[in-house]
Parts: sequence; structure tokens; C-alpha cells
Amino acid sequence: MGRIYKKPVSMTKIAMRYCPGCGHSIAHRLIAEVIDELDIRERAVGIAPVGCSVFLDEYMDCDMIQVPHGRGCASATGMKRVRPDLIVFSYQGDGDLAAIGTAETIHAATRSENFTVIFINNAIYGMTGGQQAPTTMPGQKTTTNPYGREVKVHGYPIKVCEMLSALDGPIYLERVAVNNVPNVLKAKRAIKKAFQIQLDGLGFTLVEILSPCPTGWGVIPKKACEYVDEKMSKYYPLGVYKDLTKKK
Amino acid sequence: MKNMEKYKMGEKVLMKGNEALAEGAVRAGCRFFAGYPITPQNEIPEYLSWRIFEVGGTFIQSESEIAAINMIFGVAACGVRGMTSSSGCGISLKQEGISYIASAELPFFYANIIRGGPGLGNIAPAQSDYFQATRGGGHGDYRVIVLAPNSVTEMGNFPKLAYDLADKYRNPCMVLADGLLGQMMEPMEFNFDWVDPDKLPPKDYIVTGCKGRPRRIINTLHMIPSILEKHNWHLYEKYQRIEENEVRFEGCNLEDAEIVIVAYGTSARISTEAVIKGRKKGIKVGLFRPITLWPFPKKAINELADRVKKLLVVEMNMGQMVEDVEIAVSGKSAIHFLGRPGGSLPTGDEVLDKVEEILSKPASPERERGK
Amino acid sequence: MRQEVIIAGFGGQGVIKAGVLLATSAMNEGKHCTHFPSYGAEMRGGTANCSVIISTDEIASPVVTEPDTVIAMNEPSLDKFEPRLKKGGLLIYNSSLISRKPKRNDIEVLAVPANEIAEKLGTVKCANMAVVGAYISKTKAIALESIKSSLPTVFYKLKQDFININKNALDKGSTYAQK
Repeated sequence: MGRIYKKPVSMTKIAMRYCPGCGHSIAHRLIAEVIDELDIRERAVGIAPVGCSVFLDEYMDCDMIQVPHGRGCASATGMKRVRPDLIVFSYQGDGDLAAIGTAETIHAATRSENFTVIFINNAIYGMTGGQQAPTTMPGQKTTTNPYGREVKVHGYPIKVCEMLSALDGPIYLERVAVNNVPNVLKAKRAIKKAFQIQLDGLGFTLVEILSPCPTGWGVIPKKACEYVDEKMSKYYPLGVYKDLTKKK
Repeated sequence: MKNMEKYKMGEKVLMKGNEALAEGAVRAGCRFFAGYPITPQNEIPEYLSWRIFEVGGTFIQSESEIAAINMIFGVAACGVRGMTSSSGCGISLKQEGISYIASAELPFFYANIIRGGPGLGNIAPAQSDYFQATRGGGHGDYRVIVLAPNSVTEMGNFPKLAYDLADKYRNPCMVLADGLLGQMMEPMEFNFDWVDPDKLPPKDYIVTGCKGRPRRIINTLHMIPSILEKHNWHLYEKYQRIEENEVRFEGCNLEDAEIVIVAYGTSARISTEAVIKGRKKGIKVGLFRPITLWPFPKKAINELADRVKKLLVVEMNMGQMVEDVEIAVSGKSAIHFLGRPGGSLPTGDEVLDKVEEILSKPASPERERGK
Repeated sequence: MRQEVIIAGFGGQGVIKAGVLLATSAMNEGKHCTHFPSYGAEMRGGTANCSVIISTDEIASPVVTEPDTVIAMNEPSLDKFEPRLKKGGLLIYNSSLISRKPKRNDIEVLAVPANEIAEKLGTVKCANMAVVGAYISKTKAIALESIKSSLPTVFYKLKQDFININKNALDKGSTYAQK
């Protein structure tokens, strides 16, 4: 009997330490599957951010570098400019990419640097204990929004795909989710497309993944997956925000 | 300054300090520059914005100082000689990345063309970033090698030395100069031949894709204290080796000196004038110039203090290197200080007046504060 | 031989380039030289200046506090640098743009109508060369031929026609100083 499900070659044997129901582990696996399928493991360099996924470098079986908070897009720029033959991906959370690293993200996008960003949006700061993220939704409770995010005080969340789609540089921007099987399959297709665009040398790609954080949200995993459908994807609609592959 | 290719090693060319530094970096194998404009170092990015493309490299005017240093982090991680430069406040912003790169033990070269501080300060030459440079500069326990040129020739030649030291010790190495050295022109000559970056020894710690070998991880996170402690002691041992092997300094008229001026960079140049004028007047004055500010020439200054009982430290700040001189001297000689902070330059006559004033009084063990 | 000179004027009058030309020519004659410009905010619209030292001995500090010569291309530069000139030093000023007479009587003064000389040659842009010509003619710090042969290096972007105009301006300034 043939094996139909196995660990991707691009993943290490180290057991992931994420909370039950966390979306990071699914996103990690999807990237590893895509790297396997495109046969680019030996050309790949991954960038681990600061946040829960700071341990990404332990889980991916390819060359990895862990960089300062928010600077993934800057380091990826340097790497791709001096070694264009590498396949570089920067894995970043919402605080990393859309708060402390907003400038790096926008400018790498507008320069259309030829690498792939996997952006995990879980609307909260997981690692530091559930504080407000730049993507925390109005009314959403966090440990620094005990009464829910009040936009008069904290302003509105940043919608990354919408914001970046206003730029001329990005080639491909899509928002997906990993809260159920159909969404996971769509997410994988988006990640694969982004890597393929990089392989084709076309320019900047970003896949935003709405990802459940049961611990940070204070709900059980099943509820967290439902929350992605009921709340998050209402505020952050799924879909392709930019795709210039057909024009180029 | 087009057609730089034609200037060969040892041939004199009139260059601005900043441009000499940039050309020197290219000749030393620099193939990537990222930086953000700030006076008085703008000639470095302006020069490299065309020059580095002539040798197949890349230039990015980054969105911020922080982005620039993190681009360099990526470049160094890929084993390419990268460079960034800035001045004062810009170097403050880069410290986060420098700390990471120091911890990751990656080689790279950067320059601080100091302007007056603190705050936005001004754009005049100053030496107020001595502490920042010689103590590491950012967070955590680390050091960077600091080279202090005092001429346009050294501005042009130190990038090669910096890259070689950086590669040798897998450590950041910087040139600490100031607006005067960056802006002035004088005849300079390169003392080294072209470096072909493709012919540099291979590095076994960089990320290039894991073809034919186990994966490599460049990481500065060590959650377990005992592991981080071990890493830090490993860095410490490396810094000890650097202190043993890489101290550089220069002396002038030290043999019979009754008083020795200790100064680096621009203040050393100005002090040289005081030495020349003083000697003409029959004053036995000498100059000790640290070339590496870290590692600091502690031993040489300590030995100097065995026979010279009066030292005058001249700096364009409120007194920073003077503290290292005090540590080195260990109370053996009287230490005097002449400082001009805020972007002001002392004159040779001012330094000589101070020398004469000190010689007219008995040696006091206390360091004099202020001008 | 040691000459310390400050050249000052409006941004755009070519005072920095004039200094670079002096330094390059000095280097080509085998002399030691330094050039230190004012820089930054001052460059835009305000006064620009540079300090040049030419010497047969090595130069320690490039900072000029008491120049042997001041070349003032406009009135604010005259106001600023006349008081700093060494006693017995040489003041060259652009009499085309400066109406007042220098105040000091312990210095040598040479008024050069630099703009008029330059305009007669077709472009006011070479006024800086007229004063350089006058300066070297007075001080003999550098040979006129060395200056001329350094022109293509310093003005590497200029076409031969303009190099020739600059040469003429150097000659005119030099002759003017001998009158």
C-alpha cells in the first residue's frame, strides 16, 4: 500500500511547541510541502521573525536565519540582491510585519524585491502574552485592550493586503486562511504560486494567512477556527488583492 | 571623480575622505552598500551609487538606517562583503542590527563619520561617539573593532584592513572618523591591490542553500541561559584574542618627551601641529595616537606612563577616551584633558598653550576636568 | 613655502572648485596640500568657503584659522573673513560684486573685477578662475602652467571649449594682478 501522507522532507524531526489549535504549524507545513514540490530545498533560505514563530529555524530543514523584529524584508532584500539564485522567504507575524517592520515591508514591496513573504495575521501578539496587534479588530479584547480595541484611542487596524495593493511594486498579494480544510488547500495553492513567481524572477509576493490563536483569543481551538470565519474574514476578506503575473 | 579604475596602488590622487573610504571599500571587495543620507557622510552613498555598479555590485538607498543595517545582516549572512555608513544619530539607529550581527559572528564593515551631538546636534566634526563605538554601541555584551584614521590615505586604506579583520575574527569592524576627515581632500594613495571577492577564502558559516551539506542556521536567540552564557564566553575569548593581536598605535617624538599628547583622528592631526610648533620652541612634547580605539592600546600607554609623568588627552568631546587613558595609566602619571565638544575644533595653538600651562605647574595626580 | 588661503563666496560661484583646482595643481607640482570645504546647509544659497593649504612640508592640521590669503567673491564673505586675515596678508576681493572698501589697513589688498572679466569671456561662471589667476600671480604659490594642466582633471565634465575659457580667465586674472 502506498503512503499518502508523510512529513515533508523540508521539515525537521523536531516536534513543534505551538499551542493546540495554533495556525503556525499548519503554515509551516504548507511552506515545507511547497518547497518539496518545487524541489527548491537546496536553494532556499528562510527568515525567522521575532514572535511565536521565532523557532521556525528549528522546524524547517533548509538554511535559515533569524533576524531582528520587523526586519525580515530588509534582510531578505540584502540576501536576494547579492545572491539572486537563492529562494528567500520571510515568515513574519502581524506585529513584526505591520507594526515594528511596516517601513521595511512597504519599501521592499515597492522596490518589488524578488522574494516571498508569508504573513501570519492572528490579530494578536501571541508570544508576549496576547497584547494588541496592528491587526487587532475594533472591539477585540487583548491584554492591552481589556475593554476591547477602542478606535478613538488606538486607531484602526492595518489591512496589509489592501494597503500594499495600492503600490505598483508587488506582483502577487493574496489573503488566505488556515482554519478549515478547504481554506488550507487554498492557502497552499497561494504559497506555491508565490514561490513560483519568485522562481520566475518576477518580484515581490506576499501571502497573508488568517491564523487562529486560541490561547491569545482565550477560546478553545474549535471556536478559534469558527472565529476566523465569523469575525476575521469579515473584517479581512479572503481573496487575491493583486496578481500581475498575467500582465508580465 | 570618474575613471577611478586608472589609479593604481601607490599612485597619488587628490580625494575627499568620504570618497576615498568608498573607493577603498570597493577595492577591498565591497559589493553591496545600503544607507540613508545624513551629513557629513553623504559622499559615501553618492559615490557608491555609481561606483559599485561598475564592479558588478549593488547599491540601495534604504528607507531607514535600520533597514540598511538589516540588509547588511542578510548580505553578510550570504558571505558577501557589504557595507553601510552613517553619522551619529544614524549609527544609533543601526545599533540594533549591529548587536545581532556581532552575536551571529558575521563580518561586515561600517563607518561613522561623526557629527556634533547629542540629539540632532549639528553637522560639524566631532568625536562624541567614542563611547558608543568602543563599548559595542548596542544592547548586550559585545565589541566591534574600531579603526580611527587621521588622513585621507588612511580613510582609503582602512576599509581593506577592516574587512580583513572582520573576516579573520568573524566580527563587525568599523571606521570611526568625523566630518573633517570625511570632507577634507588631500593627496592619498592606496597601499593595497584590488581584492577579487570571488577569490576570498570560502566561509563555512554562511547561508547559501543546503546543497550537499546539512542545513545551517544563523541565530542569535539562545533561550537557555547556560547556552547563551557559553556563547558569550566564546565571544569574550575572541575579544581577548583581538586585544592581544590587533592593537595598533603610532608615536611621534616620544623618546625624550616630558609631556605626551594622547589623541586620535582629527584631534591627533591638530595635536601634531602643536607638537611641531612646540618642538621648534624647544618643548619636549610628543604624540601618542591610538589607531585602534577598540582594542585600545592599554599596555603601550601603561608603559609610556612609566617614564612620562604628564599626559594631555585631546578630544573633540567632553572627555571619553580620557577614561580609557586613565584605566591604562592606573594612576602612574598625571592626566590632563583638553576637550572641545559640540562640533568645535581645537587649534594647534590652543593645544600648545595647554601643553605649556601644564609644564609650568607641578604634576598633579588628579585629572583636570574641563577645557 | 607654506600658503594658507580661504576662498569664499555665494554657493554657485565655484569657490569650492577653485580650491580643488589649487590643491590638485599643488599635488601635481609635488607639493603637500589640503582642502577643507564648508558643507551642508551652508552650501545652499548661503556663503560657501574652503580652506586650502599648500606647503613644501607635510601638513598636520587642515584647519585654517589665520589665513595668509583671503579671496572674497561676495560681500558677506568679505565681512566674515577680512577680520581673520593674517597681519600683512593678502586680500583679493571681487570688486564686481563688492562695493565697499576693505576696512583693514595692515593688509595688502587687490580688487579684481572678476565678474566683468568673466562676462567679457562669455560666461560669468569662470569668475572663480579670474581670482585664482590673480592669486597665483601675486603669491607664486603655484605655477600658472600647473593650474592650466590640472583643469581637465578637476573639470572632468567640461568640454574643451569651456576648459579654454577657463584658461583665458586664468590668464586675464593673472595679467590683471600684475597691473
